[in-house]
Amino acid sequence: MKRHLLEAADLDRADATLVLDTAAQIDSALAGREVKKLPTLRGRTVVNLFYEDSTRTRISFELAAKRLSADVINFSAKGSSVSKGESLKDTALTLEAMGSDAIVVRHPSSGAPHRLAGWVRGSVVNAGDGTHEHPTQALLDAYTIRRRLGRLDGVRVAVVGDVLHSRVARSNVWLLSTLGAEVTLVAPPTLLPVGVGSWPVQVSYDLDAVLPKADAVMMLRVQAERMNASFFPSAREYSRRYGLDARRMGVLSDDAIVMHPGPMNRGMEIAADVADSVRSTIVEQVANGVSVRMAVLYLLLGGAPS
Amino acid sequence: MTTLIKGARVLGGDPTDLLLRDGRIAAVGERLSVPGATVVDADGLVALPGLVDLHTHLREPGREDAETVETGSRAAALGGFTAVHAMANTDPVADTAGVVEQVWRLGRQAGLVDVVPVGAVTVGLRGERLAELGAMADSAARVRVFSDDGHCVADPALMRRALEYVKAFDGVVAQHAEEPRLTAGAQMNEGDLSARLGLTGWPAAAEEAVIARDVLLAEHVGARLHVCHVSTAGSVEILRWAKSRGVQVTAEVTPHHLLLTESAAASYDPVFKVNPPLRTDADVQALRAGLADGTIDAVATDHAPHAVEDKESEWAQARPGMLGLEQALSVVLETLVEPGLLDWAGVADRMSVRPAAIGRLDGHGRPLAPGEPANLLLLDPAARAVVDPAALASRSRNSPYAGRELPGRVVATFLRGTATVLDGEAQK
Repeated sequence: MKRHLLEAADLDRADATLVLDTAAQIDSALAGREVKKLPTLRGRTVVNLFYEDSTRTRISFELAAKRLSADVINFSAKGSSVSKGESLKDTALTLEAMGSDAIVVRHPSSGAPHRLAGWVRGSVVNAGDGTHEHPTQALLDAYTIRRRLGRLDGVRVAVVGDVLHSRVARSNVWLLSTLGAEVTLVAPPTLLPVGVGSWPVQVSYDLDAVLPKADAVMMLRVQAERMNASFFPSAREYSRRYGLDARRMGVLSDDAIVMHPGPMNRGMEIAADVADSVRSTIVEQVANGVSVRMAVLYLLLGGAPS
Repeated sequence: MTTLIKGARVLGGDPTDLLLRDGRIAAVGERLSVPGATVVDADGLVALPGLVDLHTHLREPGREDAETVETGSRAAALGGFTAVHAMANTDPVADTAGVVEQVWRLGRQAGLVDVVPVGAVTVGLRGERLAELGAMADSAARVRVFSDDGHCVADPALMRRALEYVKAFDGVVAQHAEEPRLTAGAQMNEGDLSARLGLTGWPAAAEEAVIARDVLLAEHVGARLHVCHVSTAGSVEILRWAKSRGVQVTAEVTPHHLLLTESAAASYDPVFKVNPPLRTDADVQALRAGLADGTIDAVATDHAPHAVEDKESEWAQARPGMLGLEQALSVVLETLVEPGLLDWAGVADRMSVRPAAIGRLDGHGRPLAPGEPANLLLLDPAARAVVDPAALASRSRNSPYAGRELPGRVVATFLRGTATVLDGEAQK
């Protein structure tokens, strides 16, 4: 494993598989235990440095670090010196001076974790940067697919929605293809990046044509503000063409699963009866997120303090 | 003051001597001998007319922490320049006779290059109404080039009026071609790499659409148009078409667009963030070819100093722009002269003669011949050096060439016969 986890694009198959296998070991080690805690990172300090509101991801990382017995500091950009204009670099150096071993960073600017990694000695974990990547989300998605379907090689995954602005989609494209899955991106042409042709994926504008051949369907959140920028005419039209409703769920193969990174817009990209169906892995993804993030922190920081 | 330059190769020709006296070239010939003259040994050095930059950001007034007229002038002299056009996006904006005269006076005080202020086209660069262009033209600064650089004059009717209006004093509008509605939030060239990096794309069409519009407007009203920092292959094609129709259009390309590609953005290091952005290798090749065949008239640096805190940040938060004055000639050597695309006369034409003509500068871009103003530089084309930002004369350090070895060293620069640079050192 490298020192940092900055993007899924630079994970090779061996490293990615190691994370998933480690998560599985952690899951079985903790299964049935009353005290869900391992002593592995005792004495180590993990900082959650969040420049965007993301209660879910922050809590998931916080739980992961605490279950490994690390000390956790949550540093939110709001109500801190950041709002007074402190630079990312100064903040990072301050946190390191206080003895942080790893910085988990969520930031609205693509590439911010890469910048951080150049300034600090400890490990940097990308918890989502702008419209670039969200590698632990892709790892937990891959982990979820593998648990449900038993494999990743040859699994056909449809990623549906706002690919253009989605760091989840980018991370999944690289990670899933590295692990042998066949990814098809489904979106209106306005929500696919110019340059998508260079990605190791199929592209379709037609959800109905893709669904019968999919083993997993990953629905992406569509932000309300996209509507005002003419990416599509209306929420209703988007939902009709690209939303996953009960009718569309009916054409899926028997074992196919439905995924969503959350938070969902029920009734927009996903209908309530789909989100709550037995095919849905949405709650499972949240649980798997903690295990996968434990695996990442363990692999980056594991062993005795240096 | 009399200086005798011994054995210089004028435009790369046979070694000859040049006698500089009273600000002019007094004589050119072999084995000149003048008692009492300061002798400069130019054995192996190429003599070129002093370079003229159409596009420099000197940051004064307003951001003297990033650059001043004096420090920028020193960087320019060290790069072989004898005249630079100072862009108008200062604080306050150079949109009145008062501000352009202030910049012009600061340039005279520094005395290292002729600092020629560019006037803003619109008040406050806001693109709403014309600044007092005539007042700036009539001022002591004698403004002839007008630009809202940093911003596009996006309103087509306003652009038409500007093109027409400056004809009265033989001015030219230098357009920063960028359709703002197509580049909202843009961070880098739009293509395969921007898709992967998750950085909002700046499409080539946003530049090309404005250039196409403006050459048609310039043709319609019979005005001069200059296009700043052309960055795409498509722009070169449009310019070639416009020139074939006889449109009075000229264009410039920056050293960084001649050398660097968008691949530098993969580091997320904002030293490579610039507007227009670095493009693809195909664009770089088209720009070199366009400069070589004269479709692009000039190399202009777009020297854009930025304080450390404006670059040591996230990519999206950083200001766009990079240094250029001190390495411009070296980059042209590397990208055009050494590959055989441009000879020394071509370098003089694109970096001195034509930019001086576009800016209507008397006394610059002239032949190195008796009676002409003694504005020239001596270059050692065989020298090579690794660029060290800490060693630059600019007050800022945002050089995209840091750590890169480049050919050529400016040994001396003369402004009206006075050495501003000797032995590679600024003389004040």
